[in-house]
Amino acid sequence: MTSNSVAHANKDERVRKESAIKGLLNRPELGALAGAILVFIFFGIFAGDTGIYSLEGTISWLVFSAQLGILAIGACLLMIAGEFDLSIGSMIGFAGMLLAIPTVYWGWPIEMAVLFAFVGSMLLGGINGLIVVRTGLPSFIVSLAFLFILRGLTIGIASWLTNRTIVGGIGEFSDGTFISWLFSGHILTGLFTWAANSGWIETYKDGSPVVPGIPMLVVWWIGLGIVSSWVLLKTRIGNWIFAVGGDLNAAKNVGIPTARLKIALFMFTAFCACLFATIQVMEFGSASADRGLLKEFEAIIAAVIGGTLLTGGYGAILGACFGALIFGIVSVGLNFMGVDSSWFRVFLGLMLLIAVIFNNYVRKRITEAK
Amino acid sequence: MSKSEFVIELKKVSRFFGSVIAIKDIDMVVKQGECHCLLGDNGAGKSTLIKTLAGVHKPSEGEYLIDGEPVNFDSPKDALDAGIATVYQDLALVSLMSVTRNFFMGREIQKGWGPFKQFDIEKANEIARQGLADMGINVRNPSQAIGTMSGGERQSLAIARAIHFGARVLILDEPTAALGVKQSANVLKVIAKAKARGLAVILITHNVHHAYPIADRFTLLNRGQSLGSYLKSEVTREQVLEMMAGGAELEQLEADLAEFTRVDKEAS
Repeated sequence: MTSNSVAHANKDERVRKESAIKGLLNRPELGALAGAILVFIFFGIFAGDTGIYSLEGTISWLVFSAQLGILAIGACLLMIAGEFDLSIGSMIGFAGMLLAIPTVYWGWPIEMAVLFAFVGSMLLGGINGLIVVRTGLPSFIVSLAFLFILRGLTIGIASWLTNRTIVGGIGEFSDGTFISWLFSGHILTGLFTWAANSGWIETYKDGSPVVPGIPMLVVWWIGLGIVSSWVLLKTRIGNWIFAVGGDLNAAKNVGIPTARLKIALFMFTAFCACLFATIQVMEFGSASADRGLLKEFEAIIAAVIGGTLLTGGYGAILGACFGALIFGIVSVGLNFMGVDSSWFRVFLGLMLLIAVIFNNYVRKRITEAK
Repeated sequence: MSKSEFVIELKKVSRFFGSVIAIKDIDMVVKQGECHCLLGDNGAGKSTLIKTLAGVHKPSEGEYLIDGEPVNFDSPKDALDAGIATVYQDLALVSLMSVTRNFFMGREIQKGWGPFKQFDIEKANEIARQGLADMGINVRNPSQAIGTMSGGERQSLAIARAIHFGARVLILDEPTAALGVKQSANVLKVIAKAKARGLAVILITHNVHHAYPIADRFTLLNRGQSLGSYLKSEVTREQVLEMMAGGAELEQLEADLAEFTRVDKEAS
């Protein structure tokens, strides 16, 4: 993108050659990338002997990162467009019920129930977005209202229809179906079995591998990350997302359909929440009304660590994914080291603070002429 | 092709907002390749007039002609389609975005097919760089955020963008208002280049010193009414200044100032 422009720049006596490192500093994901490398090295030194980088260890922090990463991708796109969604966590609980109740109590085929959950949560996300763009109120407040409404509805509806807040037994209906594989299966199982038979990876006593394959959760995360990143950086819609978050008025004045775009992004965030919920329900065979508690904040923190500005207009999907990776490896790493989990929160808060200060510095660098 | 000597012609155009008369019986003509300056103090009706030209407001009375044909714009988009582009003071630029992304904002050129269509950034970079170079601005790097550009460069970017997307008439709302002397000069040069390329320019300003060197024609507005249109050959800079400020008002101001000075002297 920049190579051909450098040649032309030579004509201008006002051009100062910027070092490659400085050019790199202008990229939003840089901080998270550096952070991830540091964290990797840190745990390599202090927890290398706990097996954190063994195959099993690696899969466990990858799974943790992927869960959060899926949510962070949605939150990141929405934040670049200048809006927040605090109802992500509640949406996870609600979407889980949308899937579990029809399957277990109404006898719907699992495929139908999954479709129902996705349509239902995206519709709610759309309503959330519609209220934001119609009223012009800060999405912080509107989605905060949804945080409570959805969580309350989840518990209320679940206890009203089923007399309980945990709906189990979904495994009976989903086991062996394509849907179940799609959300909670594994890929490359042949490869892992073969490696186990060859004695290269750890096996159980019966000879089956401890890690049966790459979880679909991780596949979803990477796939969603690639597609979203492509949309953001390479397409017209991506340009609109940056424009809407960077300066809403300017975006309106050049004819970008700002309201429709924002509503679509709220729906995408809800989609991510529902994907997370579906994977969890398939994995555990149950839906619980308290699932996804505080996930909205973790998703936003991952996006911020990834270089996304709280004020919108700037950020990167890749950064949000690295943010989620930092989360995963620190959380699992501390666990492997036997450190109390409360320290994880301390670390999280500190990371957030450092990231915000750093992002603020980057924003000043790129927006203020010197 | 055009049946009229003028690209834009206003005949006794008025615009009312309820009981308020924002502009009344404005006559105005704009020629291709000419810069027409709209001068007037705050509240003179300049904004209403340009918004009428840009299709934001419809004239309440009178006729708006383009190439001699009466037009009736329902929205700014209609005006834009007719080649009338307005660069407002906020410029509709996003400072966190790159030169290229700003240049093509909302009108991205695409390549590819179906769902794999993507924003053709390489080509866009080249067009944006060329568009600005035509205006005499060498961008260092079109993928750099415009936050680091000067006010004059941003103004030029907004103008270059309008020209690239097919403007025949450029309406510039106070382009030099927030700029220093040197940057204002640069923007005036860009306007001269646009004129040289055959565009008609309508320049709104209250700075006669910026308007006089570049303008071919002046229209002076005061309290919603036109004080008349003049060719540059017909008036001097001083006459324009005087008409704009209102000669009587200036005399009054001088008298007031003299009064203050006298009081100050007595006090000391």
